[in-house]
Amino acid sequence: MKIIEPSDINSLINALQKNGYKTLGPSIQEGVIIYDEINSTEDLPIGWTDIQDGGKYRLEKRSDNALFGYVVGPQSWKKFLNPPIQKLWQAKFKNKNLEIIPEEVKDMKFAFIGVRACEISAIQIQDKIFTQGQYINPNYQKRREGIFILAVNCVVTGGTCFCVSMDTGPKASEGFDLSLTEIITNDKHYFLVETGSEKGIQILSEISSRDARENEIEFGNQLIQNAAAKMGRSLNTSNIKELLLKNFEHPEWENVAKRCLSCANCTMVCPTCFCTTVEDTTDLSGEIAERWQKWDSCFTMDFSYIHGGSIRSSTKSRYRQWMTHKLASWYDQFDSSGCVGCGRCITWCPVGIDITAEVQTIRETEHFQPVLKEE
Amino acid sequence: MDPMVSHYEAIELQMVPHPYKIHRVIKETHDTFTLELKSNTSNGKFAFRAGQFNMLYIFGVGEVPISISGDPNKMETLVHTTRAVGTVTKKMAKLKKGDVIGVRGPYGTNWPVKAAIGNDVVIIAGGIGLAPLRPAIYQIISQRKHYGKIILLYGTRTPADILFRHELEKLKSRLDVDIYVTVDRATREWNGNVGVVTTLIPRAPFDPINTTAMICGPEIMMRYTIGELVKRGVSHENIFVSMERNMKCGIGFCGHCQYGTEFICKDGPVFSYAQIKDLFGKREL
Repeated sequence: MKIIEPSDINSLINALQKNGYKTLGPSIQEGVIIYDEINSTEDLPIGWTDIQDGGKYRLEKRSDNALFGYVVGPQSWKKFLNPPIQKLWQAKFKNKNLEIIPEEVKDMKFAFIGVRACEISAIQIQDKIFTQGQYINPNYQKRREGIFILAVNCVVTGGTCFCVSMDTGPKASEGFDLSLTEIITNDKHYFLVETGSEKGIQILSEISSRDARENEIEFGNQLIQNAAAKMGRSLNTSNIKELLLKNFEHPEWENVAKRCLSCANCTMVCPTCFCTTVEDTTDLSGEIAERWQKWDSCFTMDFSYIHGGSIRSSTKSRYRQWMTHKLASWYDQFDSSGCVGCGRCITWCPVGIDITAEVQTIRETEHFQPVLKEE
Repeated sequence: MDPMVSHYEAIELQMVPHPYKIHRVIKETHDTFTLELKSNTSNGKFAFRAGQFNMLYIFGVGEVPISISGDPNKMETLVHTTRAVGTVTKKMAKLKKGDVIGVRGPYGTNWPVKAAIGNDVVIIAGGIGLAPLRPAIYQIISQRKHYGKIILLYGTRTPADILFRHELEKLKSRLDVDIYVTVDRATREWNGNVGVVTTLIPRAPFDPINTTAMICGPEIMMRYTIGELVKRGVSHENIFVSMERNMKCGIGFCGHCQYGTEFICKDGPVFSYAQIKDLFGKREL
């Protein structure tokens, strides 16, 4: 374990850039912390924190100059790995001759700076979907291969965080190249650095650092443990798959549907949601068409449309599909939960629907419902 | 992915339609038609398993999943039969010989043609549902001696909606295949069965213990058909259905075709009833 100073973060960014990485990290835009290109520590939200609750997100000044004194914003790293809009191919059609040219994903190296433990889990979940199944998504795979992950362990927790329940944080235990723990005391401000890969060791060797002392490592662990104890939310996951599957007709689905606007925000901010649709465009000459892939959401009517109507026409069925997929069928499909406990779906729901509370309601009332017979 | 396959080739394999020329258009009924396609490139052969589907693309219009309705042993022609119902299929109905469309596939699981060897085979189709079953019928008939009784139960709305009419008549003239057709609404010249296809099941001459059933039709029809088969003693493991959902990619990435734990595009479309009985019949799943 090494120690670096806040000023060394700049050197770290420089070292990554020198190694050919485009450096992406948190920065403030329009009142929220998003992920974008950053070129120095100046671009980071220094001295800011985020106050989060159901349907609520506010930035506030901290009393110190913490570089990573906040949790996660509305965006996740999936926007770089599986972009919201991407061209798949172009078709040329002339004199009954159809030619289709696939769009090649460019070689690129991205360094993700400030990746939280829950987000690493989310990336690993998407890795499983796109690169470890019967089919491989070549575009995702190519982008993923060029990624450097600079993780930041959480020493603060957000009001909607529940990574402890999902066993994904607040400390990044694997899946990173380098990880940082930011430590601020009355008179000191420094970072503990852990290496997680050869790439990480190489980058760290290019900047100045010193060995960490036992008490510094201990203090860092203490801060992470304190954060773990202060999670804003918790989700009881015991037998969660069985719970949701056997409560397909629970009255709570109706209840939540009365509040749910079907706006799809939860699916857009979710770091594991992966659904897409395609849109074909044609130019004015009528000779060139393009296929674009776009993020889609199971909350739209179109999503399940098949000749004559939508399979899931009620909001109830769409919310149920989303939550049951995340917390139940995901286990069968990808051998893990589809939820990492980042809390984004709670914060960014315009009416503050809380996935942890919905599960709890079903759990507490499942025995009170009449037994409904399958049709 | 095979490491030898480049990124470019991988995209081409999975996401890019390949040009196919329309060799013949057959008008089947007033709203259904068959397209016979030949590859513009490659070696001109299209290998698939009975029950699989392709994504068919019309330039400037869009792409839809359509099951393959041709003979798996005749690889030089790719055959699709569909009904003109949506934007793409309505446009497709107007295509003529020589026109070019895009094809990618084949995708999905197949009918248990091999696993059914030694058994009686009961094929039950509703309406256009006969199209995805036709490849299985071709295959089974071509190896007739490997099977017990072969029974086709087919239901349509009216006599005019009977798909593949000439083929069915030819098949009916064989003494080793039993074909029963029923219609929802009879017309004056019809002197066959009237009623839903499920009414044919109780008296169909098969041995329930050694029967493989393959069903394709509207979900409601499949549900009642399964009920009748189970009543006669056919096991859940020996009943197969072909499911349908919205599909955009065909390879399990777009998420649209999810059916509980299953992705219809890659885990289906053909499922044994045992596989999906906990999902089947659930509304808005």
